Order: sequence, then C-alpha cells, then structure tokens
Amino acid sequence: MLNKYPLWKYLLILFVLVMGVIYALPNLYPDDPALQLSTKKVTTTIDERVLAKAERALSQANIQLKSSSFTSNNATLRFNSGIDQLAAKPVVAAALGDDFVTALNLVPTTPGWLQGLGAGPAKLGLDLRGGVHFLLEVDTPAALSQRMDVVASEMKSLLRQERIRYRNVSVDEGILAIRFLKAEDLERAETVLDDTYPDFLYGTREEKGSYYLTAEYSEAEKKEIEAYALEQNLTTLRNRVNELGVAEPLVQRQGSNRIVVELPGIQDTAQAKRIIGATANLEFRLEALIDENDVEVLSFRNGTGRTARLERDLIITGNNVSDANSSFDENGMPQVNISLDSQGGNQMTKVTRTSVGRSMAVVFIEHKSRTRFVEKNGKVEEVRQPYSERGIISLATIQTTLGNAFRITGLDSPRESSELALLLRAGALAAPIYFVEERTIGPSLGEENIRLGVVSAQIGLFVVMLFMLVYYRVFGIFANLSLIVNIVLLMAFMSLLGATLTLPGIAGIVLTMGMAVDANVLIFSRIKEELAAGLPSQQAIHSGFNRAFTTILDANITTLLVAIILFAVGTGSVKGFAVTLSIGIITSMFTAILVTRAQVNLVYGSKKNGRLFI
Amino acid sequence: MKQFSIPFMGMRKPVAGLSILLILISLASLAVKGLEFGLDFTGGTLVEVGYEQAPDLDNIRTLLATNGYEDTIVQTFGADTDIVVRMANLYTPTLGDEVLAVLQQEHADVTLLRSEYVGAQVGEELREQGGLGMLLALIIVMVYVALRFQFKFSVASVVALAHDVIITLGIFSIFGIEFDLTVLAALLAVIGYSLNDTIVVCDRIRENFRIMREIEPVDLINQSINQTLGRTLITSLTTIFVLLVLFLFGGEAINNFAFALLIGVLIGTYSSVFVAANLLMAQNITREDLIPKPKEEEEDELP
Repeated sequence: MLNKYPLWKYLLILFVLVMGVIYALPNLYPDDPALQLSTKKVTTTIDERVLAKAERALSQANIQLKSSSFTSNNATLRFNSGIDQLAAKPVVAAALGDDFVTALNLVPTTPGWLQGLGAGPAKLGLDLRGGVHFLLEVDTPAALSQRMDVVASEMKSLLRQERIRYRNVSVDEGILAIRFLKAEDLERAETVLDDTYPDFLYGTREEKGSYYLTAEYSEAEKKEIEAYALEQNLTTLRNRVNELGVAEPLVQRQGSNRIVVELPGIQDTAQAKRIIGATANLEFRLEALIDENDVEVLSFRNGTGRTARLERDLIITGNNVSDANSSFDENGMPQVNISLDSQGGNQMTKVTRTSVGRSMAVVFIEHKSRTRFVEKNGKVEEVRQPYSERGIISLATIQTTLGNAFRITGLDSPRESSELALLLRAGALAAPIYFVEERTIGPSLGEENIRLGVVSAQIGLFVVMLFMLVYYRVFGIFANLSLIVNIVLLMAFMSLLGATLTLPGIAGIVLTMGMAVDANVLIFSRIKEELAAGLPSQQAIHSGFNRAFTTILDANITTLLVAIILFAVGTGSVKGFAVTLSIGIITSMFTAILVTRAQVNLVYGSKKNGRLFI
Repeated sequence: MKQFSIPFMGMRKPVAGLSILLILISLASLAVKGLEFGLDFTGGTLVEVGYEQAPDLDNIRTLLATNGYEDTIVQTFGADTDIVVRMANLYTPTLGDEVLAVLQQEHADVTLLRSEYVGAQVGEELREQGGLGMLLALIIVMVYVALRFQFKFSVASVVALAHDVIITLGIFSIFGIEFDLTVLAALLAVIGYSLNDTIVVCDRIRENFRIMREIEPVDLINQSINQTLGRTLITSLTTIFVLLVLFLFGGEAINNFAFALLIGVLIGTYSSVFVAANLLMAQNITREDLIPKPKEEEEDELP
C-alpha cells in the first residue's frame, strides 16, 4: 500500500508526542512568587510562632498569602502574584526583625513526578517577570594601571632594600619609568628587577643627564591581566548579587570587557545599583612619623576638616578581609567587625608588633568617574574621567599587636556599615565598572505583558485553525492537530533547553503558528494539483507529500539560517524571538510532514481510491 | 482549487517601474529624513510610568522643567494613563529614580512601569551590529541559494530581499515610526519569511524547467508563479492574520514589531510573485542554466 506507515513510525511519533506533552506540561504550573525566610544565627529557629507573626503582619497589611511551610531554619511564604510578593517583603522583614533574612524567591509548583523527570516550566525573561537588566563595562586599562601602581611601590621598596639609589618612579600610560643619576645604579637595578619581575620588558634611555629604566608588560601579559580583572569582577559581582537575595540572578560575561547582570523581581533599583557598582574598598595604613617625607595627607570623612599625614605604604587592603558583618558598639554607634584571611592576619601582626604606640588609619576609598560629553569632529563623544575619593574613617592608636579579627568604628549610619560589610564580604572589584545599559521593568508591566502575549497566542491560534478548517476541511483538521502538536513540542523544547521566554519570544510563537501551516499548505496544494491532473487519490496523496518535501526543506533551511543570524546579533529579548522562531521552524517540519502524514495514512491509507475532502 | 492563469510576466514592466519608484521614494526619505531611531540605537534615558487617571502632559513637562530636567520629551504610550519621559544623554545612575520621585511628589499614585538607559556607545554598537547582521543574512542566503539552485536565482532572491527591506525601512522613515531593536528583529524575520516565499516560487521554476521541454522561459515562469499562487496567498493570509492579532492585541511594547512584520510580509508576498521572477527574466534564465541533464522524477512513475 502507498500510504501506510510501518508500525515503528507510528510508535516514534507517539513517543515524541508523549515526551512533548510531559516536558511541556510544567508550563501549566507557573512558579509561585515566594518569600524565603531564613535565620541569621544558628541559635534562632523558625517555628509556628514566627510564621504566625509573619502571617499576622501580612493580613494587617492586606496582603493575601497563598500558603506557607517551614523547616527548622527555613520558611517559605507563597503569594498569588509578584506584586504581592514584593509588597510583602518589607512587611515581613519589619515584623520579624533583625534575626531573620527575607529573600525573594520563585518556588516551583510542578507536580513531583514531573520534577522527577527533570521537567520544569520555561524560564521567563525580565520583560515578563519584571526586574533589572544591567550591562556593565569593565575598565580593563584601569586594572592594568592599578597593577602597575602596586608593582611600582614594590619595586621602590626592593631598590631601597638593595640600597640602590634612585630619584623617582613614575607610571605613565602603562610604562613604568625609574630615574637614576648614575649609570651603574641603573645597571644594578636592571639585574635586580629583572630577577624579581621577569614578566616585564625592560628598556633604558639617557635624557638630560639622568638615566631612565623603563618597564612594561608584554601584550600577552597585558591581555592576561585584563582577562584576570574581568574574571575577578565576575566573581565579585556574583558574590554581591547573591547578597542581594534575588531568585535566579544572572551574572554573565559578554564580549571581551562587558558583564551582564540580570536581577528578576528587584524593585529597589537604586540599592541594587549602589551595591553592584560600588567600588569602595579599605586601606589600612600607619600614620607617618614626623620626619618622614613621602607622605599623603588625607582628610577625615566626617567633614570636620581634620586631616592626618599617612604613610604611603599599605599594611593591608580590604582584599584581605575574609568575613565582615555590621553591628553596633556599646554606644549604639554602627561598627563593622572584620576577620582577615591568614595572609592579611600575618601581615597585620608583623606590622603592628613593631608599631605599638603609633596610630593606624582606616581609609575608605571610592573609585568614581565623571562622565562628560565632548564634541569631537562633529560627533558627541562620551569621555570618562576616573578619580578616587579617599577619606579616613578612623585613626586609632595601636595598643597591642593586632591579630586577624578587629572592628572598625567611625561610620556615619547603620546603612553605611551594613553596605560596607557586604562589600568587604563580597570582595572588591579588580577594575572599575561603568553602567552602559540599564533596563528596569516593573512587575505590573511584566504581568500585563504575559497576559497580552497569552491572549494574542490564543486568538492567533483560533484564527489560523478556523481558516484551515474552512479551507481544507478534513485535511484542515489534520493540519490543525499538527499545529497543536507543534506548539506542544515547541514549549517542550523551550523547557528542555532552559531557553528564556520573552515577549518577542511569544510573538515568535504566534508568528510560527501562521508560518507553520505553510508546509501543510504546500503539501495540500500539491495534492490538489495532482488530483486536478487526474491522479487517483492515493497516488495524489503520495506524490503530493513527496514532491512538496524538497521545497519545504529549502524554504525552512533558509529561514532557519536567518533565525540563527538573528540569534547571533540580537540581544536580550530579541534573542528570545530568534529562539522560538528557530525551534518553531524545526518542530513545524516534523509535525507538518510526519504527524500530518501519519494522520492522513491512518484515515485514508487503507481505503480504496475515493473522494478526498481537501 | 482553481488554477490561476494570470499573465504576471505580461505586467512585468509596469511592475518593475512601480518597484523602482517605491525603492527610490524609500531611499530618498531615508536620505533626507532618516529613521526615527529608538533609544536602543541613540542612547539616552527613558522612564515609563503609569497613572491612575490620564494626566495633563503639559503639567508634567513644566513639573520636570521646574525641577531642572530640561530637554525632556513627554508622550503617552498606548493608553492615556501611560506616560513615557525621554531624555537625552545626560546620564547619571540615578536619573530614572529621580524623575520618578519628582512625578510621585505631585501624584502619589504614579507607578514605575519601565525605565531604560542605553549608553551612547552601546547604541552605536547595536546599530553597527544590526546593519552587519542584515548584510550577513543577505550574504549567507545568497551563498545557500547559489549552491542549492544557481547563481541567477541567488541574485534574484537577494535583490528581492533587499527590495523588501528597503521599502519597509522607507515606510518606517516616511511615517516616522520608531525604529528600535525589536523592529530590527522583525526586519530579519521578514528576510526569512520573504525568502521562504521566493524559494517556493524558484523551486517550482526549477522543477518546471526539468519537466517542461517545449516552452519559452517567459511562459514557464508565468506558469510556475500561477501554480504556486494559491499556496503563496494562503500562507500569506494565515501569517497576516496572526500578525494582525499581534498588532491589535499584543500591546504597545510589540506594536512596532508587529507593524514591521505586517508591512514586510505584504511586500514580501508581492516581491516573491513579481520581483524575483522578473529578475530571473532580466538575467535571461534558460534551461541550460540549471542542471543540464534533468533527473527523472521518480514520483511520476506509476507502479
């Protein structure tokens, strides 16, 4: 028989269909927006009383709770909508006080047996969930110059140690230059430095009676330093983002010097920006002795106009901090308790042992930049001028040798102390970062976008199915069933691949509906032509499917190529469109050819040649 | 299904004239007026807020101006209660929040729907990347068609695609509709869609060259277009249906996107019927251009 499939083909189609349904099914169970409560200390536990307190506060604030559950150190409060969830966070946090941490979360509602199969709903993009998208640019040249500054100060102490006399050391545009008065000093310095810092390319020159030794990194070394700075920044940003308490955040590298940060469900963008972009760090330095010359004069941050003379050499920086948290001292003033890592602790002990009685300053540094717009050759260009603000937080006499744990006082407000603690915990940025793109989508707009997307998809599906039914009758039913299978498979693939569904992505699905029937239209037109040419119905079906096949293949492959390019050049939500379009093209080929054929074969395959309702 | 027999090739000169005219108008408008680039490409700041009741736009403008935010563009976005404030490139990380605060001072019920900032450099890069993507798409299509069909077909389909893109861009330029990233995505999708149509027609022309011997290329092409016309129209119809649904119900955020696709699909349908075949004729396509020895079509043999 012409139009019969072997059993295995039917089974294959059935198998794909069942898998499709299983993996698409979780999309009917969207994640619940929830608040995750956890305890700050080991000694506090979460019990019914805590939960009841939270529930009472919520009902007072008129926020509806969907359900709640808890374990000994963790509780989950589920809500009906993201708006309720966001409104609930401050309410619950205020009701429970400082002993508990509240974080936004999304809790799956997928039935257990589906979760067991690894099925879950497709991820929703920011435009559907609400949240913030940041694109950050890492100032990698700054990372290089920071490194050069550190090396310069190390070289200085090395030269002093070796008793080689130099006049000064400068760093300019990535080139480090040391000035000597005698040629033999330069020669000795070169041997010593080359031994200790073999990574540098050295050069010498003579100018106005002075001898200069220059050192710079090789191109490969520069690349490596820049790449390291980017990696370091990625790690730091991940740590900081985790401290923000957001469900499913994304921190990802983009290109050679950019980082994407996506925070779903965040509403306080100002705080998020402060924490992510903060370049604050600490330096611990000794106060200079009276007879010292190479000093830096810094003023206090509290604005009293008081200043202090500090040594340029650092004891340690905030990078040596292993843990930090904020609390209040006995006078109720904010303070930060700091633990140092072993290297930092050793260094601190070494320096303070010999300096008891002197004063140590804690310096707060913030790297900032001014953005100006300069007109250059008729084009307005963005020019960034980086600068750092340094201020002394505290200056205290060293009473005894310090170990790896101590505290810092002298901060302005509890907010400042808790943010400083967070930044010290998460680590400093290896290079300054700038916000080059920022998109915030409010939660209400996200929910509205989902609603509009779903409505359009439903109407679109209805219109296409009605048209196909009217135009192709029985064959229209086949095409419509295939179309539904196509959407199921598309959703299943989205979930399986962990692809993100965005508003343009939904538009892509709707567009796919219109275009997916095309393959069937091609086949049906062919069958009609063959019938008109006088072929009996079985032959017409057979040759219609076969002859339309190459056309369908060519047409879809070219469209797929374009969709892939779209994915490559697109960003964010546009990528979502490319994803649904590409997947839709592939699944539609499967359904339009195999699934439709299977239906046709089942219905007409064993019949005699007769009238086709096409 | 009724077999069409419309003398498309007979109309090919006036149609070519029309296409050239449309392209010239589009290019002129693109040159003189340019495109109304959206925030994605120009850079700048945008804040979209929702009011409970439709506010007075002039009030908002003066309110912002008195608070030091000059050079702002205040418009409604879709609904009367949706207001968009656009600002040029004076970015500070808190600008969006500041503007929201100013608006909330006067009306406590103002809610933030969306705020966007795109740096000038990022905008420029996106513009470059978009143009590059478009060119890349055309080149890859050209190569694929040249390999699968023949060089004359690839010229015909790529010129037809360029035709669709230029006219769609022209319409966006003439009516001053905002051109943002989603519209760019729509244009690339239009390339894909229109190509799909053109390939179907070309495929039939190639097939007919193999099976019809004693026929002039003009008549053969004409017949091929007529044979595929039913399919072209039905597919276009279903696609236009869903696009209309997106345009009408999809919301303001994808309005321009749906509009670009709608225009593109309409022009794409026109071009795959008229332009691509016309270009094949202009290149004097002959049977010899295709595979010299036509393969036997096995499907035709009856068992």
